[in-house]
Amino acid sequence: MKFTLSWLKEHLETDATLTEICERLTMIGLEVESVDDRAVFEPFVIARVVSAGQHPDADRLKLLSVEAGPQVNEGKPLQIVCGAPNAREGLVGVLALPGTYVPGIDTTLAVGKIRGVESFGMMCSERELELSEAHEGIIDLPGDAPVGTRFADYAGLIDPVIEINLTPNRPDATGVAGIARDLAASGLGQLKTAEPARIEGEGECGVGLTVTSETCLGFALRRVSGVKNGPSPEWMQKRLKAIGLRPINALVDITNYVTFDRGRPLHVFDAAKVAGGLTVRDATEGETVLALDQREYTLPAGTCVIADDKGVESIAGIMGGEHSGCDETTTEVLIESALWEPLDIARTGRTLGIITDARYRFERGVDPAFMEPGLDLATQMVLDLCGGTPSARLVEGVKPHQAKEITLPWSEVERLTGLAVEPDEQEAILGVLGFSPRREGEALVTTVPSWRPDVEGKADLVEEVMRLKGVNEIRPAPLSSHMAVNGKILTSAQTRNRAARRALAARGMVECVSYSFVSEAEAKAFGGGASALKLANPISADLSDMRPSLLPGLIAAAGRNAARGYGDTALFEVAATYLSDKPDGQRRVAGGIRRGTAGMDGPGRFWSGNAEAVTVFDAKADVFAALDAIGFPADGLMIETPASDWYHPGRSGRIKLGPKVVLAEFGEFHPRVLKTLDVSGPLCGFEIHLDRVPEPKKKATRTKPVLTLSAFQPVRRDFAFVVDAAVEAGRIVKAAETADKALVREVRVFDVFAGAALGEGRKSVAIEVTLAPTDHTLTDDELEAVSARIVGQVEKATGATLRG
Amino acid sequence: MSDTDALEKELLTAIDQAEDEAALEAIRIAELGKKGRISDMMKGLGKMSPEERKEAGPRLNGLRDRVQGAIGAKREVLAEKAIEARLQAERLDVTLPVRAGPAGRGRIHPISQVIDEISAIFGDLGFQIAEGPDIETDYYNFTALNFPEGHPAREMHDTFFLQPDENGERKVLRTHTSPVQVRTMEAQQPPIRIVIPGKTYRQDSDATHTPMFHQLEGLVVDTTSNIANMKWVLEEFCKAFFEVPSLNMRFRPSFFPFTEPSLEVDIQCDRSGSEVRFGEGNDWMEILGCGMVHPNVLRGVGLDPDVYQGFAWGMGIDRIAMLKYGMPDLRAFFDADVRWLEHYGFRPLDMPTLFGGLSQ
Repeated sequence: MKFTLSWLKEHLETDATLTEICERLTMIGLEVESVDDRAVFEPFVIARVVSAGQHPDADRLKLLSVEAGPQVNEGKPLQIVCGAPNAREGLVGVLALPGTYVPGIDTTLAVGKIRGVESFGMMCSERELELSEAHEGIIDLPGDAPVGTRFADYAGLIDPVIEINLTPNRPDATGVAGIARDLAASGLGQLKTAEPARIEGEGECGVGLTVTSETCLGFALRRVSGVKNGPSPEWMQKRLKAIGLRPINALVDITNYVTFDRGRPLHVFDAAKVAGGLTVRDATEGETVLALDQREYTLPAGTCVIADDKGVESIAGIMGGEHSGCDETTTEVLIESALWEPLDIARTGRTLGIITDARYRFERGVDPAFMEPGLDLATQMVLDLCGGTPSARLVEGVKPHQAKEITLPWSEVERLTGLAVEPDEQEAILGVLGFSPRREGEALVTTVPSWRPDVEGKADLVEEVMRLKGVNEIRPAPLSSHMAVNGKILTSAQTRNRAARRALAARGMVECVSYSFVSEAEAKAFGGGASALKLANPISADLSDMRPSLLPGLIAAAGRNAARGYGDTALFEVAATYLSDKPDGQRRVAGGIRRGTAGMDGPGRFWSGNAEAVTVFDAKADVFAALDAIGFPADGLMIETPASDWYHPGRSGRIKLGPKVVLAEFGEFHPRVLKTLDVSGPLCGFEIHLDRVPEPKKKATRTKPVLTLSAFQPVRRDFAFVVDAAVEAGRIVKAAETADKALVREVRVFDVFAGAALGEGRKSVAIEVTLAPTDHTLTDDELEAVSARIVGQVEKATGATLRG
Repeated sequence: MSDTDALEKELLTAIDQAEDEAALEAIRIAELGKKGRISDMMKGLGKMSPEERKEAGPRLNGLRDRVQGAIGAKREVLAEKAIEARLQAERLDVTLPVRAGPAGRGRIHPISQVIDEISAIFGDLGFQIAEGPDIETDYYNFTALNFPEGHPAREMHDTFFLQPDENGERKVLRTHTSPVQVRTMEAQQPPIRIVIPGKTYRQDSDATHTPMFHQLEGLVVDTTSNIANMKWVLEEFCKAFFEVPSLNMRFRPSFFPFTEPSLEVDIQCDRSGSEVRFGEGNDWMEILGCGMVHPNVLRGVGLDPDVYQGFAWGMGIDRIAMLKYGMPDLRAFFDADVRWLEHYGFRPLDMPTLFGGLSQ
């Protein structure tokens, strides 16, 4: 919403400065978005062309001698090169001197040389000053315009333009009068908006009117006969231009003026172009209208329109039609002031994609009680500017406004804001706003004015009093304290997120936050792509599906980094994946990938040893470290192979909790998936389903288990087994561990190899078993016995033979 | 000069010239060993007359002690030399680089770090951290928050919709974290003090808007909390978060469907330089929206607005991260460019705490 300072002052008697007004507007909730103090116009001076000759070297250029009073160039004429066809001796125009910023060409002038001739300034066109689009020639002022004075003063251009960022709840402030009312209620001046005089008119409107659309809540129409339409007066054009509107002609300009002056959109029809009567009805499917913006719109069925016998003349509440619009030939005008259902106007405007000043107001809710006064106001302006005789009003279907009544206890403002405001002051503020408060007991009983559809209850009135009294008056007051040390505030899920994050970062991985949506191909490659998880209006085709996994985003990120020349990346993310559109379908996952040689010890070549390509074991180590960090060490959990389809079937595994619950998966990726994502390896990765990790057991105390330190040295024994190549090392370790649970403390695989000597399809797995006796040093016999048990267990479980 | 004097001179010279331990040992054996020269001469003392012995004894003993001492001294010199030689041989070029440890290479994303910072501050104020789903129903995202059907306020949200289900109902990606207010109030009786950090989505994309971003919602509901309390909480939070001793904040009336009265909050700052400085300058930068929970929202979750009251606010986590740490472009947050993450990310062991400072 834009307006000028002089316009505001037409409604508000105030001595406040521009700065004070702008500050106050912001502090009462009408946030000032921008202020243009029009200082840009100050340097332009009125000048006279003393002589105009031909440029020696250019047919279309003239050489002007221009004088601009005693202040400019010590009263001596300036030489100026000018290409305007209307430049001539005696012309009085607008001069920009070197050093002046000219807004229309976004340039600061310098002394220039044009085709070899120096030019000491520029005679400006209206477009160069951004006054209009006119650029056929330079500004041609009346001959008596005061040469040597500021053009801005002469043309009245120094009228600051204020733009406020209006919140959608304030239709009343879509008019300058409403803004003035708010400022007056805040104590910044006196409201002086006059009530429009009632005009009864003579004779019938002379146009049949039928209203059948539910969107129409009221329709008032009047004919003014014998009007003479032409340009609107200078003052009106100036204001309209200042707020960015293009003056058309007096009849159209009046409707725009009232729209901004009172927040009351209007429409004018050229009565001569209306065939038969007007009907306010819902459009049928496929009806079209050529609107005032010169575009043809195909209207969805149910769009409320104003039509005549030939077809649609106007889209109700949004935009008029080109056909019946008013121009210089109009002598009979129909002025329309109507009321429309806000939600319908909002929907139609959205569907058609039309943003207009009328829609802006109707969808917020135009003052229903001002429909007829608005018509009278416009009528008076038409009579004043275009002459003519008004008919009587033709009014259809308006329901009387039912004012809401709200009781505001005196204490309510303080209850909600902490600010004590005297009842007298509350009453005064609400009074200026038009709420007609009266006292009843310890409360104010108010009626809500017709222009404030946003006010529904006590809390709204509290806001009115608060914002007009001043939010700054509210002193901050501490929140009541718990009076105790605050305990842990995170849930165990939140703690685990943090722990997983920090643990993975501590393993040299870099945390990413990537979009929750991926492309359909990416989603499908990782088990997703369900229709319930597709966006109906994605921002682009590659961000269309809610991700089933963190991996496609991470792999794609690694690909982007590789394309930038950073191929060795270790990335992770702790975030949500989506199995369904239900709240419990949102899963909490820690995922990571390593690409190239980005192992934990660092990537790339190095003098002390080059990093090797990442493998499934890098991913496995990340999983184990993260699980350990969240307090759920995975040692001893089942590892099943392979993992999901997107992993390499021979180089991946999954960690399961029981037969059904997959806790984590890790591995290298399936080449087909990498091809789909168009990212090359080596790449490995993992996902841990953090929300499947069981809740930690509630403990009565924080005491750790008793620590028993054995006085006897541990003994280490090595065993090398030859097994079938398919036998997993994990089974050998497990068998050795279970051989003597009390004595075996650790089993470590220290060598794995396959070779011709072992025979086809065989491999050797060597383990070091640490035996930790607790009550005596092991005797040779005992050592032999336990060794035999280990060998026996392993042989029994895996078919291994001990190497000699 | 006696024989022994000549011998001593000869031996001390030989000892001095011994090149290594072995040469020294050879001298020792030849002179002081069982069959050594000096040992033999010492054995001869027994055959001497007392007078001779009286003269020769001290002389030979002195000779033996001095030779022995010289050998010992020389041995230490040689040992020292050997260490010197070894050290020389073991010399390494210590300017060769070492690999950075993993904890030096890893990074925490600024959003995670800032959420930890926020948690530290609000934990101190007695708040819990709440969460909710990203995929929401129209009811929780709009209706329960007093957004009327078809109202322009809904339009302002540029909502992402999912495909309609069999009943024609469309789920939405939550456009703000406010639905969690409703979910929390449905699940828990006042007093409530929660903050809700989370992902939010709007169909928008430019330098300051991304289709996904992060919000921090706050909610306090009890029987007394008012705007004065809200101002205090937000001012204390901003001072603590931006780590400045004072800050000028401007609360100005605004509109949100789910709060009444509603306010927007600006911080005074100086943006003339390359970094934003708080508490000085002429700029006001909007950082959050807030207000008293709307009576309709309270009623919707079964709370009587004449008994219960409270306030709520929402602010952009990415935005306050940008303000504090100076990232110029929001889009880069979600691009996973490792150069950006290394530069703006945080080390895994930089844990924000109030006792140690939120940032280093």
